[in-house]
Amino acid sequence: MRTAFINLLIEEAKKNPLLFLLVADLGWSVVESFQETYPNQFINVGVAEQNMVGVGAGLASEGCHVFAYSIGSFPTWRCAEQLRNDIDYHKLSYTTVTVGSGVAYGKLGYSHHAIQDIALMRSLPNTLMLCPCDPLETSACIKYILSNPGPSYLRLHKAGEPVISSSEFITPCDLNYLQSSNSSKIILATGISGQDAWSQKDTTYKDCDIATLPIWSSAHGAKLVITLSNYKAIHVIEDHLIAGGFCSWVFEQFQIHSNCYQGQPPSISCGYFDSSVVGLVGDPDYIKALVKTSH
Amino acid sequence: MSLNSLSLATQIRVHSLRMVTEAKASHIASALSIADIIAVLYASILVTYPKNPAHPERDRFLLSKGHACTAVYAALAEMGFIPLNQLDSYGTNGSCLMNHISHHVPGVEFSAGALGHLLSVSAGKALFAKRHNKIWRTYVLLSDGELNEGSNWEAIMFSAHHNLNNLIAVVDKNNYQSFTTTQDTLSMDPLEEKFASFGWNVYSVDGHSHQELTLALSSAKTSQSRPSVIVANTVKGKGVSFMENMVEWHYKNPSLDQLQSALREVLS
Repeated sequence: MRTAFINLLIEEAKKNPLLFLLVADLGWSVVESFQETYPNQFINVGVAEQNMVGVGAGLASEGCHVFAYSIGSFPTWRCAEQLRNDIDYHKLSYTTVTVGSGVAYGKLGYSHHAIQDIALMRSLPNTLMLCPCDPLETSACIKYILSNPGPSYLRLHKAGEPVISSSEFITPCDLNYLQSSNSSKIILATGISGQDAWSQKDTTYKDCDIATLPIWSSAHGAKLVITLSNYKAIHVIEDHLIAGGFCSWVFEQFQIHSNCYQGQPPSISCGYFDSSVVGLVGDPDYIKALVKTSH
Repeated sequence: MSLNSLSLATQIRVHSLRMVTEAKASHIASALSIADIIAVLYASILVTYPKNPAHPERDRFLLSKGHACTAVYAALAEMGFIPLNQLDSYGTNGSCLMNHISHHVPGVEFSAGALGHLLSVSAGKALFAKRHNKIWRTYVLLSDGELNEGSNWEAIMFSAHHNLNNLIAVVDKNNYQSFTTTQDTLSMDPLEEKFASFGWNVYSVDGHSHQELTLALSSAKTSQSRPSVIVANTVKGKGVSFMENMVEWHYKNPSLDQLQSALREVLS
């Protein structure tokens, strides 16, 4: 996904001299091609995430579209107030880009696990969530945000994920179907959890529809509820704690938009990381096997 | 519109005192502290377009110590950005003239309230101007207490590293913050040496001398490679004797009697 991200950004930077990439001293072996090709549209701000957001806000307030890249918690929690006051409140064209969603960097320890980032970023009312499951969805997310500029959060996993989706153009709260068989039950994933769902398409989820939700925000929640209310059961999966995560968001949308369906709402179950994930170290699959909880 | 900076400073003090009294708001001493700096900036330094506040060639001015907003609102009204009678709405329900500087007010570049934000934002604007060969400059006004925030020092390093000679910061060094003096809270002296050691072009002036402020700000415009900072040595509550260097006027609002006394002093 991060390869798709940087390749598309290089392509877009050629067309748009106001596209800017900031990094906070991370992205070695990823961002150099952009830096070499468009040095005037790139800055490594150093190990200084608060300043990265502020500088990005300044650039964006002058008409730039800023992409600010780092790992999980660093460009999010570390500079939460800058994102809240300077980016989201001013509705600036600034995309926070993280790599290492969930426990992608499992062996690097808790500091590098992104398991509460969705909770922070989706609480920002003007910020659009972009959580692709593969390189194609990554491109679709970037194309959307460049055509519809504003505050956004692009949550990437790592590199090397296979392409499992097929839509090149996605709008907010579009379901991106990976498997559709007119089932009454749907598996709904966002981000890398789409790969987890896909890997079980012939086993656990054999008789289910499977879809990802790569672009979402509460502003578009009604659209999702209308679509999902055709199902009897929804199982939501994510690589995040339940507090403030994607599962919680889906629950909230059904509460907020209860006027969008008639009769009984679908039953909703969730698969998420329980709090025992905190402090675990190891390969992602090792950690997931220990902490994935379903209710 | 051409205004004399001394008379503008007086009007800023008068409007600020009336606004905070009527709204029962805080931070009057902080506004009085920067009245002369704001007056010199708007009357003599900044390129502004009051009838077209978003004019692309305007200088950018950002108030990082957003709690002192009444001084800026007053200047904007005197300059013709907003009607003078709009100041009466300060602090009222639904007014865009809220108690911390708001970008919803014509002429205000950026909102602030939480401290330690706008030096970074200003650096971003200055960087944009440099890379796109713009002639406008970015000015940012900070408080000395605000420099407790570490984010400022990230921006101070960044601005020097990128040779942002089109960025001019003014520090309102009134030596007080909300509980007591800056010296007793978190000592930052010698401030000038700190900025200099970080690679900035440093001026130290009497922050109530319009001549010194004008000279320093004009000289800072000619910096060839480095960002500039004007350390403006000020008196918190300047112009109202019973507020000067009295820490409680960071939060207290004047009674009607105190307002009349204060106005007599300011207008004398």
